[in-house]
Amino acid sequence: MSGTERPPRGERLRFLRRRGADGDAWHAVELARHQDRPYTLDYLNRLCDDFVELHGDRAEGDDPAIVAGLGSFRGQTVAFVGHQKGRDLKERTYRNFGMPRPEGYRKAMRVFELAGRLGFPVVTLIDTPGAYPGVGAEQRGQSGAIARSQLLLMGLGVPVVACVIGEGSSGGALAIGIADRVLMQQHSIYTVISPEGCATILWRDAGEARRAAAALRPTADACLALGVIDQIVPEPGGGAHRDHGKAAELLGDAIAAELEFLATMPPAERRRLRRQKFERMGAFVE
Amino acid sequence: MAKDISVDISRVGDDAGQPEAAPRTANTCPRCDSHYREEEMVANLRVCAHCGYHFPVTARERVVQLVDEGTWSEIARDLRSDDPLGFVDTKPYPERLAEAERKTGLHDAMLVGAAEIGGLPVALAVMDFTFLGGSMGSVVGDKVFRAAELALERRMPLVTVSSSGGARMQEGVLALMQMAKTVAAVDELRDAGRPYVSVLAHPTTGGVAASFAALGDVVVAEPGALLSFSGPRVVRQTTREDVPDDFGLAESNYRHGHVDLIVPRPELRDTVARLVWLLAGGTPYRRTPLLPDLGAQRAVGRILGGARRRITDLIPDRERD
Repeated sequence: MSGTERPPRGERLRFLRRRGADGDAWHAVELARHQDRPYTLDYLNRLCDDFVELHGDRAEGDDPAIVAGLGSFRGQTVAFVGHQKGRDLKERTYRNFGMPRPEGYRKAMRVFELAGRLGFPVVTLIDTPGAYPGVGAEQRGQSGAIARSQLLLMGLGVPVVACVIGEGSSGGALAIGIADRVLMQQHSIYTVISPEGCATILWRDAGEARRAAAALRPTADACLALGVIDQIVPEPGGGAHRDHGKAAELLGDAIAAELEFLATMPPAERRRLRRQKFERMGAFVE
Repeated sequence: MAKDISVDISRVGDDAGQPEAAPRTANTCPRCDSHYREEEMVANLRVCAHCGYHFPVTARERVVQLVDEGTWSEIARDLRSDDPLGFVDTKPYPERLAEAERKTGLHDAMLVGAAEIGGLPVALAVMDFTFLGGSMGSVVGDKVFRAAELALERRMPLVTVSSSGGARMQEGVLALMQMAKTVAAVDELRDAGRPYVSVLAHPTTGGVAASFAALGDVVVAEPGALLSFSGPRVVRQTTREDVPDDFGLAESNYRHGHVDLIVPRPELRDTVARLVWLLAGGTPYRRTPLLPDLGAQRAVGRILGGARRRITDLIPDRERD
């Protein structure tokens, strides 16, 4: 298997005690948000022999901030769901900067359900600054959509692999982040709140985002040490934006290896271990 | 009137929960300026007798208000948060925790235990907004999980009362994962066919609103509670949209179909008892005289008899003079 596997617990804790061991957090934030970084559709176009995007939540509308569909990935049908950002101003606005509304999560749920019913593995790609904080989004049930999407993934009978491919920020990211195996690309970030949001709240100044980033420790190394992810997926030298083809190949290899491993487990066992994996996360003393 | 009761979410996790005009000490209604003695506040379940404003309730007092006298037994009370990231903002995280402990007498923002409500056994988890804005870190996550485990073991329904600004930033991505952990707990309940009643008190926002609190088989809200994923200030700043006066309030959520019932606090205990009874199958022999025709006023009086005594019992020694 490619990439970095999770080190033993003692080693992980030692790593976390070394402050700054995970390098320059702000640099990681900038790379994760790099405008040339491959987005979900860039990967799907390279990973799938064929991909049909599905649209609409069957109730309210279609959310372009989330892409969902069926693809043929290395010889089998896989249901893909991912956040989608845009590159130029027009596309960014269209994609709402990758910030989903409840319709997006409902579309995702519809495709998760379909995959569960027909026995297709699910692969999710996470890349969002967070769920969209709008009046309409709230009125249409943002919290409930995020919670229910997690619940649905938690109980799904088919294998689920999630990978953070850029920004994994807050509940808007986690909504599609419940999986048997959670991966992170080397230069992606996973965090409870954006550094800017954190800075505004704790320092009362969005300008303190760098300090907030250092404090939040959102890098792949730190997430691995915290036991939040299972594996780091390597990127081409300098970052995924330097070579989309190579980045997609490395990501595809990592996902294929996980799917192959997960396919050998009975569904009930997979579900039990998936729940257990999240139930074990946390740091407390008794 | 929306402005009066919305919290400044940007302060959550900092010193939020103790706004300057903290009604907990002032006992003055922020909506109509009525003033109450502490005994009156307890007697009225911290609801303004004049205008119906619902003051915040600490976790301990909420337990006293909700459960049958003498039935509460707390579990997992010694859980304390670790500092996995070595998080420092303007203060180190362990210092913030110690301060919150001194101020509230709690180890974290949630109490869990077994209790009876209207004679029916339940697993109960109650959040406390005065502890770091009711934020959810590893301890709250684990307590929700343990409450669900308790419900499974003893074949009881789960009842949660939420009041939270969201995930606790000082625990970084591990705090985010507590959302997943509580969702896993709800998934276990559903698998085992155990019912779950989620009560949402002011405010329930962010990571708590978007995890276990949203997943009750029945979702009950207190009047005027702010229930949203993003707070009104964040919405205004990010989108520059006009935020309506009733943005995210229980009443707005009810209109849009996100909560089943809005229940004033004096009727909450009765309503939870009725729901738990119905969800448990509504078998006649378990039906207690409390249900369902006892008027709110009598319920209040009943709880009160014990409340005065019991609240002092529940407050730790160091907080008592």
